[in-house]
Amino acid sequence: MATVAVTAERENYLNKEYGIRSWLLTTDHKRIALLYLASITFFFFIGGFFALIIRLELLTPAGDLVQADTYNKLFSMHGQVMIFFFLIPSIPAVLGNFLVPLMIGAKDLAFPRINLLSWYLYIIAGVIYLHCIVTGGVDTGWTFYTPFSTAFSNTRVIEAGIAIFIAGFSSILTGLNFVVTIHRMRAPGMTWSRLPLFIWAHYATSIIQLLGTPVLAITLLLVVFERAFNLGIFDPTRGGDPLLFQHLFWFYSHPAVYIMILPAMAVESELVACFTRKRIFGYNFVAMSSIAIAVFGFLVWAHHMFVAGISLYSALIFSILSYLVAVPSAIKVFNWTATMYKGSISFTTPMLYAFGFIGLFTMGGLTGLFLACLGIDVHVHDTYFVIAHFHYIMVGGAVMGYLGGLHFWWPKISGRMYPEGWGRLAALLVFAGFNLTFFPQFILGYMGMPRRYWQYPPEFQVLNVLSTAGSTILAVGYVLPMVYFLWSMRYGKIAEDNPWGAAGLEWKTSSPPPTFNFDETPEVTWEAYNYEQIPAPPEVNVER
Amino acid sequence: MSEHVMPGRIYYTIWIALLCLTVITAAVSFVDLGRFNTVIALVIATVKALLVVLFFMHVKYTSERLTKIVIVSAIFWLFLLLALSMADYGTRHLS
Amino acid sequence: MSDSPIAIVQHPEHLHHFVDAEQQRDAAQLGMWLFLATEIMFFGGMFCAYLVYRYWYYNEFAAGSRSLNIYLGTINTAVLICSSLTVALGVRAAQMGNRKLLVILLLLTIVFGFAFLGIKGVEWYQKYEEHHIPGRTFNADDLIRDYPQIHIDPRPEQIYFSLYFAMTGLHALHMIIGVGIFIFLTYNAWKGRYSPKYYTPVEIGGLYWHFVDIVWIYLFPLLYLIDRKPLR
Repeated sequence: MATVAVTAERENYLNKEYGIRSWLLTTDHKRIALLYLASITFFFFIGGFFALIIRLELLTPAGDLVQADTYNKLFSMHGQVMIFFFLIPSIPAVLGNFLVPLMIGAKDLAFPRINLLSWYLYIIAGVIYLHCIVTGGVDTGWTFYTPFSTAFSNTRVIEAGIAIFIAGFSSILTGLNFVVTIHRMRAPGMTWSRLPLFIWAHYATSIIQLLGTPVLAITLLLVVFERAFNLGIFDPTRGGDPLLFQHLFWFYSHPAVYIMILPAMAVESELVACFTRKRIFGYNFVAMSSIAIAVFGFLVWAHHMFVAGISLYSALIFSILSYLVAVPSAIKVFNWTATMYKGSISFTTPMLYAFGFIGLFTMGGLTGLFLACLGIDVHVHDTYFVIAHFHYIMVGGAVMGYLGGLHFWWPKISGRMYPEGWGRLAALLVFAGFNLTFFPQFILGYMGMPRRYWQYPPEFQVLNVLSTAGSTILAVGYVLPMVYFLWSMRYGKIAEDNPWGAAGLEWKTSSPPPTFNFDETPEVTWEAYNYEQIPAPPEVNVER
Repeated sequence: MSEHVMPGRIYYTIWIALLCLTVITAAVSFVDLGRFNTVIALVIATVKALLVVLFFMHVKYTSERLTKIVIVSAIFWLFLLLALSMADYGTRHLS
Repeated sequence: MSDSPIAIVQHPEHLHHFVDAEQQRDAAQLGMWLFLATEIMFFGGMFCAYLVYRYWYYNEFAAGSRSLNIYLGTINTAVLICSSLTVALGVRAAQMGNRKLLVILLLLTIVFGFAFLGIKGVEWYQKYEEHHIPGRTFNADDLIRDYPQIHIDPRPEQIYFSLYFAMTGLHALHMIIGVGIFIFLTYNAWKGRYSPKYYTPVEIGGLYWHFVDIVWIYLFPLLYLIDRKPLR
């Protein structure tokens, strides 16, 4: 029984049309964003399921839950699903798709039909990958290293390669759409320096998607050709160099991590500004840092190959470049923190995620510097130290950014408020669960526990048990929002146009927005983050 | 691109130039110039590519700066891939 | 050029999210150039593999290059250059509203495209007959025999031919897609859907075709002309 009082409900993008065809054939960027939301959540569960089994296996030193070959498949597919089918699309395809046109005052993206095509490519890729999973999976590690993937693995390498190849094109087309939209479709008065930093960061992300993903595509294609047609490009018995594969693979896959973190930084800027009610400190520096991260991110890839056999001199070059790439990220962290100084901070759910992001991303980033140091990397490469490092950034950073953004813009997307008490509880569970899961892994790695091993010496067990315990708390923290977001769509408090009193064009239209976003094309005459002109909501507008 | 309608003559001129360069590059490959064979072949290929980009693809006549930035950036990025990879292969014999 | 009534009448469904026809056209142009940038990186990965292995296995690459038919390669290069001419003239015909000329030029482009693919097919068949397809049937004895002055290791010789097939194969795939696009353009042109006010698909289709031509302009010297100097 609907208990929500609905007086004449305004027409918006959700109620404009009903029926499955209106969703599956939509070209409305907001509906496409929701299509992505559903699909990536589904794959998040698949990847999470693999993680759960991995953590259960690692409760005991012996390999007693699954066989060794199965374990290889589990960590390989956990990585591929989480990276290619969850993290890479997540913020850009959900929040980016929804918000980019709104934030710049446009009616839609530049190419709405290509946007829908992007989603269908993602779905086709996902179906192929699911088929790969149920017909035997992939055990090459998420990285497909040759010659194991090309010559020795007995698993569904070709199918996984093709699936990720197709998913890559989904990513490329999204990036293409964003760049053209941001260049060509800004509303009158929306100059580059008035853009929200969310847009700057998504622009930088799109550059990476455009220039990096094609290299992954060709590399996977070559692996597929080699396996299917017995070409010899990576075959050592015919003079091929396995390291060539790694160079080509990491040329994309390192910038890929910036595809995953830049959008979370995009969200971070918006959250920090709103919940300190201040313009972001050093707007120009933060904007330029996004571009710098995108550019420098392409110059460091061989730091994944320090012990693989590259020359010492190139290792030195890549090590120095890897130190440099940390600088723009650090600049952003300093600027967000400086924004908070003398700000009016409210500890809403999105802000809790934002705080978590700053702390955890900083730890992840600093441990990246440890890895950039050649001497240390020799010791901790291929150990749990690396795993902890990247999970701090991808989960502690990117996923928390994603969740913070979902909560922040949920009223705009759905027209409803989520329950704030539950939101804060979930955020705290995620933070606590995350740290308990992954901090022990830094210690384990430093003590020498290798990654991708299905059994380990008994002295590592205590830390592994702690890690698994943490992962169960983390899981609860993830499930809660899924439950209460769904709940809120029916029973949540109806949201106003601007419940947070936030700056940005998206808050000037209704919640949810009409199909064409604005009743009239906005004309922008104010700077970004003009919080001095926006009244704070009486209390932060939350449901107790 | 611009609305500028180019006279057909320019296209034919470029076409002839491209065909001539093709014959030249094929013929020169039979002459022993040592390392310069490769250099000349690539230079000729680049000249041909430039003719296609500037004239057939109208980049010479466009007022759109962004197009040129996109082209230069893509080529530069490819160059990054090639150069930094060769930084490894070119120095392996040293260590 | 803004709010062109003809463009709105012809394509109302395209314009609803754009301010005017000019914005739509500028967006399409930028979109195609960005796509071509991704294609540069896509082929670029193979150029990187080529660079590395040519550096390592110059002799094998030289011998493999000699085994390609330079006459067919040169003719194919000329064929593509002619097709780029017809494309450029076609865009011009569209700009001037000459529907008949546009259709003829688009058809000629398709003919040149098929000619290129046909000649490439012949070349590939020759490679098959000479046992130069990498894998179990590969045999480099003929190269070792024909070029005793060059020391050839038959194993990395396969790498040259692997790259040959991968690069020309991917290029041919792009040609096939290009021919498909141009068949679509020809049909629409014949139906009178393009005019001086709206010929964007012809323009951006043309950009794609020229790009595929440029890829071949580089493939030709890199694959066919590595080393053809007379051997003593």
